[in-house]
Amino acid sequence: MDLSAINPVLLVASLMVAATPLLLASIGELVVEKSGVLNLGVEGMMITGAISGFAVAVETGSPTLGFVAAAAGGALLSLLFALLTQVALANQVASGLSLTLFGLGLSALMGQGYVGVKPPPTPKLDIPVLTDLPVVGRILFGHDLMLYVGVAIVALVWAVLKFTRAGLILRAVGENHHAAHALGYKVVRIRTLAILFGGACAGLGGAYISLVRVPQWTEGMTAGVGWIALALVVFASWKPWRVLLGAYLFGGITVLQLNLQAAGVAIPVEYLAMSPYIVTILVLVILSADKSSAPASLGRTFHASH
Amino acid sequence: MSTPLLRIEGLTKAYPGVVANDHVSFDIGEGEVHALLGENGAGKSTLVKMIYGLVKPDSGRMLLRGEPYAPPEPRAARADGIAMVFQHFSLFEALNVAENIALGMENPPPLRDLADDIRRVSETYGLPLDPYRVVGDLSAGERQRVEIVRCLLQDPKLLIMDEPTSVLTPQEVQILFETLRKLKAEGTSILYISHKLEEIRALCDHATILRLGKNVGECDPRETSARDMAEMMVGAVLKTPERAGRELGEVALDVSGLSVKSPSEFGTSLKNLHMEVRKGEVLGIGGVAGNGQDELLAVLSGEILTDASAVKLHGRPVGRMGPGVRRGLGLLTAPEERLGHAAAPDMSLTENALLTGAVREKLVSNGFLRWGDTRAFAQRIIEAFDVRTPGPENAARSLSGGNLQKFVIGREVLQRPEVLVVNQPTWGVDAAAAAAIRQAILDLAAEGAAVVCISQDLDELMEISDRFAALNEGRLSAPRPTAGLTVDEIGLMMGGAHGMEVAHV
Repeated sequence: MDLSAINPVLLVASLMVAATPLLLASIGELVVEKSGVLNLGVEGMMITGAISGFAVAVETGSPTLGFVAAAAGGALLSLLFALLTQVALANQVASGLSLTLFGLGLSALMGQGYVGVKPPPTPKLDIPVLTDLPVVGRILFGHDLMLYVGVAIVALVWAVLKFTRAGLILRAVGENHHAAHALGYKVVRIRTLAILFGGACAGLGGAYISLVRVPQWTEGMTAGVGWIALALVVFASWKPWRVLLGAYLFGGITVLQLNLQAAGVAIPVEYLAMSPYIVTILVLVILSADKSSAPASLGRTFHASH
Repeated sequence: MSTPLLRIEGLTKAYPGVVANDHVSFDIGEGEVHALLGENGAGKSTLVKMIYGLVKPDSGRMLLRGEPYAPPEPRAARADGIAMVFQHFSLFEALNVAENIALGMENPPPLRDLADDIRRVSETYGLPLDPYRVVGDLSAGERQRVEIVRCLLQDPKLLIMDEPTSVLTPQEVQILFETLRKLKAEGTSILYISHKLEEIRALCDHATILRLGKNVGECDPRETSARDMAEMMVGAVLKTPERAGRELGEVALDVSGLSVKSPSEFGTSLKNLHMEVRKGEVLGIGGVAGNGQDELLAVLSGEILTDASAVKLHGRPVGRMGPGVRRGLGLLTAPEERLGHAAAPDMSLTENALLTGAVREKLVSNGFLRWGDTRAFAQRIIEAFDVRTPGPENAARSLSGGNLQKFVIGREVLQRPEVLVVNQPTWGVDAAAAAAIRQAILDLAAEGAAVVCISQDLDELMEISDRFAALNEGRLSAPRPTAGLTVDEIGLMMGGAHGMEVAHV
């Protein structure tokens, strides 16, 4: 066992990379749930985003276009969910589950010709002086642009929900859709936009796995991150900064336990592998002891005449 | 006569299977307080939703100051100076007062300025409010103030009020009326929806009466008796519940030294309650909602357990017994919330009859359900209480509020209770159904049952109860005979005006 083989700077830098897919998917789902919709299709939208982004990046050679396509792919799939639940008034849980199954199948089909292909590398930020700073340079200024976009989205979501009228209306729709309707807000339209945003974020998160974290395409490569994102939103009490904290905590322990495994620590691998889940849940459960609760209309179908 | 503020001509709106409004026409003058009267289901809500732009009429038109007026959405109605205080569904509990008000405005100022405006308007009209409190923590009366202040901030020309007084104490009603008269003096017209006739007589200049979607008459409420208006509303002659002189028997229910912490975060704890109810007696318990009514019902029903001797039934301590055991002993309860507490909304009436009737009506044998007997029991309730439904297999949710209320009260009454506790037995029920329910309660008492009636409708309590007590912040006043009790005395028992004062503009 050699713990000194673990470089703390590299560890922090790689935990940020490991956390970003989860962060993107969770912050998108947070907005969806704040509007009162429960979309269990995060996993399906992520994997669809992963293959859309991968394919477009490979065909065009541009990772940027790849991420744009991933957001579009995720949003397109979520539009299906919006049609089912907001227009056809289908049950949200069943629609979300089938969206995941559909996304997994669709992505496998789309990815047929891409197994074993290498995507174009996503460039990393390289700011003279700043990136060369010891310790902080590597941690704060040495990543690809998408990682920063992820953090920026969290900040943006927080600010919009807290300080703007648009955010207030979104929360109002999620709290009490009948009251929002009675005041003349377009519940279905607002929720559809939130669902599309959630789909786009999930798509970005998926593409981050296939283009940056793993860089390759394999079927089902999101491997349950979408489900963790769903749980994270709940445990984070629907608060954006807690989503960031939870995602980094989860990413951090995932990376740490991999490092520990490699270092040959005398703890059975199974325990190490389950540790990210346990620690993240514990911390967020303790944090969520305050009285904040789910949006009151979460998961309920809205019909204007009732 | 000058041009009316709002003229309604032949408005018609049909939903599948029912015509909600059928060629309704009337005028609302400038600075007029106009009452819209009608039973549940008479089409009042649909009509005001059309005025507020939530529902589009099938035919007919509206004229605002002589100009055609057809708001495509509430936003347009608000822009034209029409504001509405809703009965239900219009506040967001997790948001604070200022945020709630901002949501109802077109171009709200920044929250800090809005908070100042809220303080100013609310103090001017005697409706004090803290802009930063979360609405979920407010009492029903305070929530209504939020709605009213939200409307006043928009400087409305026409203020629509849907059943505004159902949650207020008499003093609060007086203050609301002062506020409304002040608004009227400033030239604001008010469309006032209610089925409380005495209020309409005290406040309104003109009344339009709807029955089954049709305008069946207009009157000047100051010159028409409440009884005549009620009969126009119902379309039939009303029976006043009769109170047979009856002998009071021994003490059936005895509550002494009862203190209980509320199980819910926003609830009211009960503090040192004492009361005795005799056989054949109706004890009325008044008080503004949220002063411990729900907790009292839960304690009596067995949902909240207490010290064994705090609640005694015929001298027997029952405080540690659950609802099923108490039902077996003859203590039955009917809670306020019809959908979700008194009845399971998505289950049929037969299943709902089984839920509380299983013990006393012996609808279960050896763990098996006796569906035949249960259906017969449900059918008996439907017939005895004139519940309007195609049959007992219909879901509880499909019944109108008044019909379901008749069902849940009837379900308990027909189980021959020795002690019956009801909470808000006629809440949201129209005049005819309310009279029937009150009569059933009185008949039950005449047969020797003890009845505790918790209600916010003081007229109802005065009508049916022998003694009256008030709940205020979890404390129960000493019961007093209802005969000869004045409104002022009742108001004092209920704890006064809860921080409201008369408007001084």
